[in-house]
Amino acid sequence: MKRLLWPFAIFVLLVGFLAAGLQLNPREVPSPLVGKAAPSFELPVLQQPGKRFAPADMRGRVWLLNVWASWCESCRDEHPVLLDLARRGTLPILGLNYKDKGEEAAAWLKRFGDPYALSAVDAEGRIGIDYGVYGVPETYLIDAEGVIRYKQIGPLTWTILEQKVLPLAAALKK
Amino acid sequence: MNRLLAPLLLSFLLAFAQLQAKENDVPTDARVRQLEEKLRCLVCQNQTLADSNAELAQDLRRQVREQVYAGRSDEEITAFLVQRYGDFVLYEPPFKPSTALLWLGPFVLLAAALAGLVLVLRRRRDAPPEAALGPEEQRLVERVLGPGEPPAGQP
Repeated sequence: MKRLLWPFAIFVLLVGFLAAGLQLNPREVPSPLVGKAAPSFELPVLQQPGKRFAPADMRGRVWLLNVWASWCESCRDEHPVLLDLARRGTLPILGLNYKDKGEEAAAWLKRFGDPYALSAVDAEGRIGIDYGVYGVPETYLIDAEGVIRYKQIGPLTWTILEQKVLPLAAALKK
Repeated sequence: MNRLLAPLLLSFLLAFAQLQAKENDVPTDARVRQLEEKLRCLVCQNQTLADSNAELAQDLRRQVREQVYAGRSDEEITAFLVQRYGDFVLYEPPFKPSTALLWLGPFVLLAAALAGLVLVLRRRRDAPPEAALGPEEQRLVERVLGPGEPPAGQP
């Protein structure tokens, strides 16, 4: 009986490691950008020719940067959540229209509603790379100093908003 | 003789060519390819950038190519990607406190196995020799097997 103790202990240890490993989501790569300054850019604004947007324009405010595209299926899943949040008016949402076509993006917003204060156009996806975007939709919570405080990979849900994003935003506003 | 020499010579030549290539700075396209093979595609996570056809992989390949042609070093380019996507983009993670277990784990296991082996061997060596057969058993063995030669050299 005693000689079985060691193999059994090792087995339990191994199972422990594997169980912990299975709980992890490999899709959620921790972003090295959280806690760092949001990369700066200056991009044209969707449906507003001649106008340009830079994150510096939002200095002094806590805001959400939401990466979206009309070709992105799960963007449609999170869209009602964003619309709801926009209606509350507590947290401004700015869009980054990622690798999309202008007309298609505009038509998509017309059809499903537009929660964005404005959408910056990143047609080639270069700014997306600066923000480490790899799975649209992605959402960044950026504070008054322009520092990224939270990153959501994949669709936002009310649960995530209420448990993570909104409390954090409220704390940052103080 | 020739049959033996030829492959040997050829492998020498190849090794030499490779050395040369390193010295003369690998041609740019080859460098792009080398880099792409060391980087992970974030969409199809078990493919390298070179292998993946995901759109993001195409964009990242373009980035790598542009930066190589702009004369940036391999370190600068990997740093550019790590800054944005984290160590996850590297197929070979760097050594730091959080990856120490990953890098040292196999050696620790090897050392533990060796220690275990030494322990077992020692215990076996130090164990008292098996008791010799008693007269009763000796008789039984001889009855079954017939009288044998005395054990030669056997303990």
